[in-house]
Amino acid sequence: MKSVVPVLTVVAAIIGFWLLAVIPMNMHLVADQAQRDGLMVTPEAPADRQEVSGVGLALSNTHLIPLTYNFVRPRLPAPQQVAVELWKTTVEKKITSKRSLVYHGWVTLAPTLLGFVIGTGLGILLAVGIVYSRVMDRSVMPWAIVSQTIPILALAPMVIVVLGSMGIQGVFPKSLIAAYLSFFPVVVGMVKGLRSPDGMQLDLLRTYHASNTQGFWKLRLPASTPYLFASLKIGISASLVGTIVAELPTGAKAGFGARMLVGDQYGQPLVSWAALIAAAITAAALVGLFSLIERATLKRMGMAAS
Amino acid sequence: MSNEKSVISATNLDLMFQTNDGPIHALKDVNLEINQGDFVSFIGPSGCGKTTFLRVMADLEQPTGGTVTVNGVSPEEARRSRAYGYVFQAAGLYPWRTIGGNIRLPLEIMGVPKAEQTERVKRVLELVDLAGFERKFPWQLSGGMQQRASIARALSFDADILLMDEPFGALDEIVRDHLNEQLLKLWARTEKTIAFVTHSIPEAVYLSTKIVVMSPRPGRITDVIESPLPKERPLDIRDTPEFLEIAHRVREGLRAGHQDE
Repeated sequence: MKSVVPVLTVVAAIIGFWLLAVIPMNMHLVADQAQRDGLMVTPEAPADRQEVSGVGLALSNTHLIPLTYNFVRPRLPAPQQVAVELWKTTVEKKITSKRSLVYHGWVTLAPTLLGFVIGTGLGILLAVGIVYSRVMDRSVMPWAIVSQTIPILALAPMVIVVLGSMGIQGVFPKSLIAAYLSFFPVVVGMVKGLRSPDGMQLDLLRTYHASNTQGFWKLRLPASTPYLFASLKIGISASLVGTIVAELPTGAKAGFGARMLVGDQYGQPLVSWAALIAAAITAAALVGLFSLIERATLKRMGMAAS
Repeated sequence: MSNEKSVISATNLDLMFQTNDGPIHALKDVNLEINQGDFVSFIGPSGCGKTTFLRVMADLEQPTGGTVTVNGVSPEEARRSRAYGYVFQAAGLYPWRTIGGNIRLPLEIMGVPKAEQTERVKRVLELVDLAGFERKFPWQLSGGMQQRASIARALSFDADILLMDEPFGALDEIVRDHLNEQLLKLWARTEKTIAFVTHSIPEAVYLSTKIVVMSPRPGRITDVIESPLPKERPLDIRDTPEFLEIAHRVREGLRAGHQDE
């Protein structure tokens, strides 16, 4: 609970910056509209206004500033506009509606979770292999790193299209992208975690003539738990990003990614922004959930960080 | 005094470490007999090979020459038959296991039945004066208590030999005195053979029936002192002339080793 004040401070700073940015970002559009509505605008000629920066235009037309916060199709919507849109599309819409963000949220969440489970499972298996096999250590790790240097934005459409042409559609292709992004932090974290027991602890097991299997279950796996949770928190948000990216360029009809694209293409920035904020809230909730599980687990294991 | 059955025997033991700065002669021509029931201390400056020697006995290091036997067999066979308990410099308790769970660790690995585990944990906890702490986690205990728990862990599977590598090195003087006294009592009660590495002269003299003085570069034995002190040793024995005389001889041995350089 100690983190509430710092978190709120950062949120307030972001919103403050956002509020400031709304004015210059929308000023030109507002000025054009105001002129059409017969309001006074300086400079009068639209061509002249293009020469002036957003800030400059705002300073010479201070009476138009309030309008920038309530523009119908803004370049940058104001926070309260996004909040209203969020409220309308979550609370006031039935979740079966195609315009409900809860519906779109579930469409994105399902492949996120499936991809996360696949990615985490794969990540743990690879990490165990890397720790116990020299061959895998030498061969898999470089490829795991290379895999993360490929721009996911380029890879995702190819995967979706190839799988689509094979008749595989829906949740699975998106899960694959999510798994692709989430396995890596799990591999890195688990390799570090499984290797975290020091020489003395390994020597101790040697004096007991313990087998490798016993060493894994009794020492390496429990020692890696804190590392696993750190990885899971990165992995789940990477999963969500992966799913959204998989929805973006492929003409998906539903999901956060689809909403962002629709808003962009049909000149409805509020739709895009509401989807963006909803995705951020979902990611925060997922990470928060894992933080809670982490705290409970470590406490039960007697390893709670004070 | 102990009877004369040899438990650990080293003959012409040699060990070279290959490092980036060239080879290091960690042990050179080491010969030693440890008899059953002995309490043998290894003392010397850092780099004299005392810990390395202990690790060779435990099959944690491989000698490059000479032979060591533990209970008449090779250190590896002795390790496989769980002939010794090893206590490290740090307690090294698993933070995710309770004190009882930590002591149960070797028993689980060795496949001791559940009921017997419980009984043994209880017994060794009493032996190190930690009865009632079974359910506590390591962080809830002081450093001295943690080290006692690690000794209990080494005792739990009832090996005849106890190898201890500076177990009290990180503790303060008062705690150390107390633990030394307890260790002597424990040794008298369990009749184990103990090999004990230390760099404290009073600790070595107070605890041991035999003190092995070592010196570095190359690591070797410079003196072996059979202690004439009685087996029953109150803490104030450290003020008696006999005690001071042995301490003096150890100090002389250490100094002689230093002057060789």
